[in-house]
Amino acid sequence: MPMNFETVEVTTDLLIIGGGMGSCGAAVEAAYWGKKHGIKVTLVDKASMPRSGAVGMGLSAINLYVGLAEGKNTVEDYVRYVKGDLMGIARDDLVANIARHVDSSVHLFEKWGLPLWKDENGGYVHEGKWQLMISGESYKVIVAEAAKNALGEENIYERVFITEPLMKDGKCVGAVGFSVRENKIYVFKAKATLCAMGGTVGVFKPKSTGEGAGRSWYPPFSTGSSAYFTMKAGAEMTCQEVRFVPIRFKDAYGPVGAWFLLFKSRATNALGENYMETRASELENWGVFGKIKPIPANLRNHLGLLDIQEGKGPLFMRTEEAIANLAKAYEGDEKAFKKKMKTLENEAWEDFLDMTIAQALLWAATNVEPEVRSSEIAATEPYFISSHSGASGAWVSGPEDLSAGTDYFWGYANMTTVPALFAAGDATGACAHKFSSGTHAEGRIAAKAACKYILDNNTLIEADAQVVEDIKAAIVKPLEIYEQHKDFSTDPSVNPNYILPKQFMYRLQKMMDEYVGGANVFFNMNEASLTRAAELMEFLKEDSEKLAAADLYELLRVWENKHRLWQAESHLKAVTFREETRWPGYYIRTDKPTIDEENWRCFVNMKWDPNANEWSVFKKPVLDMFGVSF
Amino acid sequence: MPSFVIAEKCDGCKGQDKTACMYACPNDLMLLDKEKMKAVNLDPSQCWECLCCVKACPQQAMDLRGYADFVPLGASCVPLRSSDSIMWTVKFRNGMTKRFKFPIRTTEEGSAVPDGGYEVTTDIDSIELYTEPASMHMPIWTVKK
Ligand SMILES: Cc1cc2nc3c(=O)[nH]c(=O)nc-3n(C[C@H](O)[C@H](O)[C@H](O)COP(=O)(O)OP(=O)(O)OC[C@H]3O[C@@H](n4cnc5c(N)ncnc54)[C@H](O)[C@@H]3O)c2cc1C
Ligand code: SF4
Ligand code: SF4
Repeated sequence: MPMNFETVEVTTDLLIIGGGMGSCGAAVEAAYWGKKHGIKVTLVDKASMPRSGAVGMGLSAINLYVGLAEGKNTVEDYVRYVKGDLMGIARDDLVANIARHVDSSVHLFEKWGLPLWKDENGGYVHEGKWQLMISGESYKVIVAEAAKNALGEENIYERVFITEPLMKDGKCVGAVGFSVRENKIYVFKAKATLCAMGGTVGVFKPKSTGEGAGRSWYPPFSTGSSAYFTMKAGAEMTCQEVRFVPIRFKDAYGPVGAWFLLFKSRATNALGENYMETRASELENWGVFGKIKPIPANLRNHLGLLDIQEGKGPLFMRTEEAIANLAKAYEGDEKAFKKKMKTLENEAWEDFLDMTIAQALLWAATNVEPEVRSSEIAATEPYFISSHSGASGAWVSGPEDLSAGTDYFWGYANMTTVPALFAAGDATGACAHKFSSGTHAEGRIAAKAACKYILDNNTLIEADAQVVEDIKAAIVKPLEIYEQHKDFSTDPSVNPNYILPKQFMYRLQKMMDEYVGGANVFFNMNEASLTRAAELMEFLKEDSEKLAAADLYELLRVWENKHRLWQAESHLKAVTFREETRWPGYYIRTDKPTIDEENWRCFVNMKWDPNANEWSVFKKPVLDMFGVSF
Repeated sequence: MPSFVIAEKCDGCKGQDKTACMYACPNDLMLLDKEKMKAVNLDPSQCWECLCCVKACPQQAMDLRGYADFVPLGASCVPLRSSDSIMWTVKFRNGMTKRFKFPIRTTEEGSAVPDGGYEVTTDIDSIELYTEPASMHMPIWTVKK
């Protein structure tokens, strides 16, 4: 092995990749079936589980709780909500499968020690119809603890970055990665593999610059590994065009959910106008989706963005008005009023301190007391996160009882189109709005199905030795490139023989921002800009072979960027293929500016063929399964 | 500088092979400089300001200085995390201070039982996950064909 790297081989039955919400659910479920049926389960995470992934900082709400046992909502209600919010493009079977199990994960979180807010009668405090309030600083710590207790430390590998799937005759037989702390390459051999490495951040130029570049809304350490891993394995992907552009508190990206839902706040433009009212007629241009309630998130964005483009910005969240309205009922009783104001102040600060500390610090640094004055809100840059309000990810099989007999079923729930490769959370497409809790439940669903797959296909298939050697050589190549050329120039960061990961990322982000509808061009794109992007993408792909790394830390950044690149390329292909505008507020094809229900009420799927090194992009039907249609 | 280490207070976690901040950071940003025995944030521009490192530091040697490109100087948000709650001291630029205390868990650290005490199901061919239907508090929904 070059560069003094040691190879560590780990043979297991089920390999879970990632240590986030989906993987923690998978670990708990698989550990049970594993013990019962003699299946060995191994988990690998690039970070450390108590704080890894998008919930590492904590959260202040569980965004999906259906409340089935309380009779609050039905599974069909939830499917309708999700499909409506995604402008008609969602997999009813996958959404329903998550909805029927998610409460179960939430009940477990409570048993494990997560503090859920309770009302006077002991019921959960709802933020909105589907959301529960929590004191969630340690949400991930608690969920990871249960996963670790189930699996056992000895079956968990932390600080190992997975770069590549291991393949044999079109089947996924494991994964390869490297330690980010010592010179070791890990080769995991498995009978089934479950991919849950989160979403993709950093494909588009962030609005903040310099030091602030890490202030993405979704974490900068979600770097597209799920998308890369599944695509590289040859899995069919879906909804790669469905990015998410959240409206958040400006600059520090504090979430707005609690303000809109719990505090019933309004957002207005600088003139005090509520753009949801003044621009209501624009909704008529978006077919049936402009008429549904709640109004889809992208349409709400769209109306706000129209105001800004017309020079009516900045937009404001009217926090002081919302708090005054809530405290009004207590006026006249000074003591009760004061107490209510104190409670509201606590709730407002906890929301940020639990999940976006940067926003609390920005409030303090700009002397903002939310009960006294409004704060600006703005659109962020685009993200790829199918567990939240995006939808990009692998195309997976539905469960037999819901999906059999349709195009959506081929054997095991949550298996991709690649045999033995399963996915969950941000890694699966077309089932948005599962959030932290639904992702955990989906991890459990996928893990149980993967265990069943292993029992039915109980032989370890090994990749060819040469394949493994080639992957190992590719992993360390950026270190070799650096070693070979670093002394050519007096400043190793400027060298014509290679490109360092940070510069590579800047180049990707600039290109995507300018030509594929980033924040700087108001999320607009057209055929000409996409053609230009495709040309520049080819140069970037070629130069990705010249990525160099001075040390293990930079090697991690190199691989993260190689992964991001595939998410970027697939997105470019999908927005080019879909010749309409379906999600204004997330992006607009200015050359095809309207919704085209007749031709495009369908999925855009795609696939990279590992043998031919070719992409194909094609349509797949949207089925209306449980009486939910628009 | 997003998260930063106060030179005087950091003792390098006494040279253990993994320091608390290195273990905690989800983005692998913290590094112990073994010569100086002090930790450093390797790339402030990739820091999420999640404070996982700050909360974990046994010496309270870490703090946050808001992103330089949009956060005015002079404020701070300092956490103090115990086994069941977290205390925040928020200092405004104008000198005002607010304190908040929130619960973080209702059980003992380390005590999470994977099945939550729910009765388990043992049929791998069923639609139930292993703690269901008990953990759903009702039978699992399906479609009538
Ligand atoms: C600011 C913010 C607010 C949110 N608000 C809410 C909310 O209020 N309520 C709610 O329910 N949800 C909320 N969410 C959404 C929730 O966090 C996600 O839906 C959920 O975490 C997705 O789970 P996942 O398992 O797919 O990914 P993650 O939890 O992100 O896990 C990904 C895992 O993969 C690992 N990994 C990544 N790449 C590799 C690699 N190459 N090799 C090995 N391991 C790798 C990571 O270290 C991590 O362990 C919010 C998210 C954010 C960021
Ligand atoms: S955890 Fe604190 S004391 Fe330990 S190395 Fe990091 S900054 Fe220093
Ligand atoms: S604040 Fe978060 S991202 Fe930044 S160094 Fe600390 S743990 Fe890492």
